[in-house]
Amino acid sequence: MTVTTLRDAVALTDRPTRPSALGTTLTFGWRALLKIKHVPEQLFDVLVSPVIFTLMFTYLFGGALAGSTQAYVQFLLPGILVQTILFVTIYTGYTLNNDISKGVFDRFRSLPIWRPSPVVGALLGDTVRYTIASVITIALGLLLGFRPEGGLAGVVLGVLLLLVFAFALSWTFIILGLLVRSPNAVMGISMLVLMPLTFASNVFVDPATMPSGLRAFVEVNPVTHLVTAERSLMAGSPDTSAILWVLVASVVLTAVLGPIAMRIYRTKT
Amino acid sequence: MTDSPAVEARGLVKHFTSRKSVTKAVDGIDLSIGEGSVFGLLGPNGAGKTTVVRMLATLLRPDAGTASVLGHDVVHDADAVRSAVGLTGQYASVDEDLTGTENLIMLARLYGFAPAAARRRVQGLLEAFDLADAGSRQVKTYSGGMHRRIDLAASLVLAPRVLFLDEPTTGLDPRSRNQVWDIVRVLVDDGATVLLTTQYLDEADQLADRIAVVDHGRTIAEGTSSDLKRSVGEGAVHLRVAEVTDRTRAAEITERVLGTEVTYDSDPHAIAARVPDDGADAVPRLLPALTEAGISVPEFTLGQPSLDEVFLALTGQPVPDDEEPAPEHGTRSRETTEVPR
Repeated sequence: MTVTTLRDAVALTDRPTRPSALGTTLTFGWRALLKIKHVPEQLFDVLVSPVIFTLMFTYLFGGALAGSTQAYVQFLLPGILVQTILFVTIYTGYTLNNDISKGVFDRFRSLPIWRPSPVVGALLGDTVRYTIASVITIALGLLLGFRPEGGLAGVVLGVLLLLVFAFALSWTFIILGLLVRSPNAVMGISMLVLMPLTFASNVFVDPATMPSGLRAFVEVNPVTHLVTAERSLMAGSPDTSAILWVLVASVVLTAVLGPIAMRIYRTKT
Repeated sequence: MTDSPAVEARGLVKHFTSRKSVTKAVDGIDLSIGEGSVFGLLGPNGAGKTTVVRMLATLLRPDAGTASVLGHDVVHDADAVRSAVGLTGQYASVDEDLTGTENLIMLARLYGFAPAAARRRVQGLLEAFDLADAGSRQVKTYSGGMHRRIDLAASLVLAPRVLFLDEPTTGLDPRSRNQVWDIVRVLVDDGATVLLTTQYLDEADQLADRIAVVDHGRTIAEGTSSDLKRSVGEGAVHLRVAEVTDRTRAAEITERVLGTEVTYDSDPHAIAARVPDDGADAVPRLLPALTEAGISVPEFTLGQPSLDEVFLALTGQPVPDDEEPAPEHGTRSRETTEVPR
């Protein structure tokens, strides 16, 4: 290190112009992809949990619940896809919390950029993770005998709808990531919320046989609406009211939680 | 432009409220840093130094008071401040999962450099900071000194006119520390304004034109480094006696010869004494006096006053032992560092 090289390296004649909100957001999306490249372990859960869940439930309950594993996987797969993606959204809060405790977050907040871009960019990067998890789950389903009547179009539309909802739901975990003390606490709390939501739903069984109290909960559970919409799309007979419900819920979640999250982000001490 | 200060703060206050108590992290601090100068904020852990920097860098909103950087208000004109300031510290780190190059490219892109310009800028910085070979490695594999250099490089991507360095050398070995100091000197030579926080008097002494000593969120002394040292006396004598039983006698002789009070170290062989303002002539007489009394003194040093001694002199109390670490940052534990003698 010599004084002249240091001087030359630091000197800046052409100052760049301030980048657009889209530009900085995409840069943060690129960062999320780089993190997947450097820390592939983080994909382990994404890859392994859908495989385990799908295999376990199909072979454990398939015969008893639907007469055959073939018939059950037909019912189960859209549901297990929803469960898988919802669990993956937790990582959004986990990564954000990690950034805060490592000090990276403050570096970003000290930059002259569109304030939400680190968060929105991370969410964009996360959609890559959701897509990978979706592809794996569906591919495994196809191997096990899942035959969606809706064809490729139905499956793709189903995944897209799920991505929209996952993006909206992630704001919950962003808020959690901003408020909770450690990355592991984010994981713990999120699991505690998501477990009952995904199990007390129509993911695994038809709620018709449930006791009335539980059935009432299942029917208002947002996961149930989402699973209904997914099943209908993949079966090729779209349930417009369920789909509309999911879209409206996504808009409301983003419109309400997004600004709250950004407010906490700005005033975070 | 040249006669108005680069960084100015009036009556800055930040209190952190937790369930049980209110921590007055910063309790009314005034600052005025001239353009092109280095200002040192000196104080122990939890004194409020980091909180001051975080407010000036727009990361924290002051509860009261005003502050501006290059004439831009840190609250109302935050984006202009962010464009002007480079930040390096215990916080404001780089992403350890990414490589050094990726980190800097990302920042360059965020500042608006086009891809090719970003690569050129980053390559130059990596070479200048002796990191060209390490550029393709993840930052988590870097040594402490390399990590601090990449942090510094990250804060210089936009060639800021004002640089905030929060404890830039805490935890570094002497060689890495000297490298950081050399970098800071070059930047200042080129006209940058630097606000430096440190726990080390000698660091402030080496780099800063003016120093403010802070404790419990308040400035307790301010001036040039020679002003401060004069307030503490010429320096301090540290000695170790060979026999523990001789310590009390050695202390008596030292008090008599130097005419100053002696402090007892936790080491049962050691004592320390501040050299009073007019006592420089007495120091050479101390060692013969001890030898005459038959006390063997294997170690005898005359040194600059340490931060402990500055504190003792300014507050009448030793450096607080982190009794109440300010909640300056979430969950991160802060390394505690020995104050060098």
